Amino acid sequence: MPSTTLFEKLWDEHVVASPEGEPTLLYIDLHLVHEVTSPQAFDGLRLNGRTVRRPDRTLATADHNVPTDPISTPVKDPVSRRQLEALEENCEEFGITVFPRGHENQGIVHIIGPELGVTQPGMTIVCGDSHTSTHGAFGALAFGIGTSEVEHVLATQTLPQQKAKSMSVTLKGKAPEGVSAKDIALAIVSRLGTGGGAGYVLEYRGDAIRELSMEGRMTICNMSIEAGARAGLVAVDEVTIDYLRGRPGVPQGIDFDEAAARWRRYVSDDDASFDNEVVIDARELTPYVTWGTNPAQVVALSGRVPSPDDYDDADEKAATARSLAYMDLTPGTPVRSIPVDVVFIGSCTNSRIEDLRAAAHVAQGHRVASGVRALVVPGSHRVKRQAEDEGLDQIFLSAGFEWREPGCSMCLGMNPDQLQPGQRSASTSNRNFEGRQGRGGRTHLVSPVVAAATAVKGRFATPEEVTS
Amino acid sequence: MKPVRVLEGRAVPLERSDVDTDQIIPSDWLKRVERTGFGRGLFSEWRDDPGFVLNDQRYVGASILIAGSRFGTGSSREHAVWALMDYGFEAIIAPSFGDIFRNNSSKQGLVIVQLPSSDVEELNALIREDSTRLVVVDVDDLRVEVPEAGWQRTFSLDPMIRERLLNGWDDIGLTMRRESAITTFERGHVSPTLTGVFDHEGHALAQ
Ligand code: SF4
Repeated sequence: MPSTTLFEKLWDEHVVASPEGEPTLLYIDLHLVHEVTSPQAFDGLRLNGRTVRRPDRTLATADHNVPTDPISTPVKDPVSRRQLEALEENCEEFGITVFPRGHENQGIVHIIGPELGVTQPGMTIVCGDSHTSTHGAFGALAFGIGTSEVEHVLATQTLPQQKAKSMSVTLKGKAPEGVSAKDIALAIVSRLGTGGGAGYVLEYRGDAIRELSMEGRMTICNMSIEAGARAGLVAVDEVTIDYLRGRPGVPQGIDFDEAAARWRRYVSDDDASFDNEVVIDARELTPYVTWGTNPAQVVALSGRVPSPDDYDDADEKAATARSLAYMDLTPGTPVRSIPVDVVFIGSCTNSRIEDLRAAAHVAQGHRVASGVRALVVPGSHRVKRQAEDEGLDQIFLSAGFEWREPGCSMCLGMNPDQLQPGQRSASTSNRNFEGRQGRGGRTHLVSPVVAAATAVKGRFATPEEVTS
Repeated sequence: MKPVRVLEGRAVPLERSDVDTDQIIPSDWLKRVERTGFGRGLFSEWRDDPGFVLNDQRYVGASILIAGSRFGTGSSREHAVWALMDYGFEAIIAPSFGDIFRNNSSKQGLVIVQLPSSDVEELNALIREDSTRLVVVDVDDLRVEVPEAGWQRTFSLDPMIRERLLNGWDDIGLTMRRESAITTFERGHVSPTLTGVFDHEGHALAQ
């Protein structure tokens, strides 16, 4: 047998048909659905008199536009309300399990799949959201799709796909103390650029990846799309298996051991070759902040805002100038001196329990700087409950953070959690595009610990500045 | 989807690179449950600016958008394609495109024409010079043309996408013809389902 990459194994096991001159028809094991990209797909099914082929492989949750106010308050925005209602009605009509707002299992779609154990190694997973790449942390081939494809999967449980190329991204050595998974993710995006991963499925490898928890690996796979890649992967190891043990969606007892034995196969063979290879020295990494309006515009937190003059390429110069103007930043400004108005800890990148623990640890015993609004939005009700059991909510609340209900929230500003024009945020989410968090808002992407430290200092800061 | 063979229309030069899908249709617009009406939200953050090119009278009614590199990167929202088409665009010409956007476009019949940046620049110049010049996008011959200026380039398209554009084929219908292959595959395929994981109210059965 020739040696194969993890991606090739996953691909080969899901080929339904590969007709000459046409894309491969790939089988989909799990389809995750949310309220924003699905209504038109269900509409399409109805229009054509079609049904959902495998409701038992389809799971829905409300996340993108749920308000994060107490569940007892009604959804004020009539359009959001309509989408949320439509999701429940559609799932009822087509026999799909759904977690509506306030349900004990509700949360951001990429948080709940893993935590419920329905995301498993060896699967193909799709969702009408580009950050589906998150699930790749489990050795599953997971990617985002558009609404027409949502409709296609609902109707046929398959997708016509062109096979991507494979790229290994190796993080060599151990990351220094204080460097979090988010910093590694930002370093990767900055290194590859926003288009560097286009056409590829990335497999993250190396010591610095192996050392990470599943939460950290999810953070990294999550941001694969920011480098333009379709999907990200991490090979299965004991960390993967330990994370899954006992979760509702996985087999229990002896059956689990059998499943685990099967899952351990989801690794690239030792001598498998990739279409492209990138090596990053993890020992040189440091906490990062994005300064511009795309996620590859990254600078060390200890650094300074770059200048258009730093670039030779005319396009690059112009893009830098444009980003700086939008972000209202002056070249050469030390990052640590930039004040923020809002701090957002949340999103499918960084709202898992480990993220909240890390942020709470920094915030403990301190106060959010005056004039700064700081929100903590847990990724799911399960995360929220666990955090409350551990007393993290009290740490945040007494430090002056808001403790909200779960959802995507300010990651994309579809619910009322938005930046006002001109406001500047430190955000643990994944996109800093113009207006992403609210019209005219200025977003800087950071890790949860940097976000917490920044909230306390009122300007970009590392945890050491707060705790020492 | 309607068959597309030859498109002919005026073009508008956007002259911006890295226009992501958040710029094409801001998230506020994603709340709709219908498939139509998104044209009003197209580039809505820029439309208030009188200097924005779509507000330029010379380009009103253009059906071909000439964009910069990496058009349509970012979120998977298909609404970006619906917005461009609802506004009246039938083809986008650019040096490069976001992967998901390109894919989404093919499902709706929005024609994606990728040309080297130097060609896109030439085309921009021709249109800036005279905005009434007609641009022809021939999906059958894989050719872009400004007949009046004697300018002509070829482009490539995935053969399957070309076939579907030419025939107006619907994706799902095509796959459903493979029903028996899917059923056979399912019989031999081991992978967990949600059966027995949740009760009818979505509560997890095992804890
Ligand atoms: S948190 Fe943000 S990136 Fe993640 S699913 Fe929600 S909107 Fe998408």
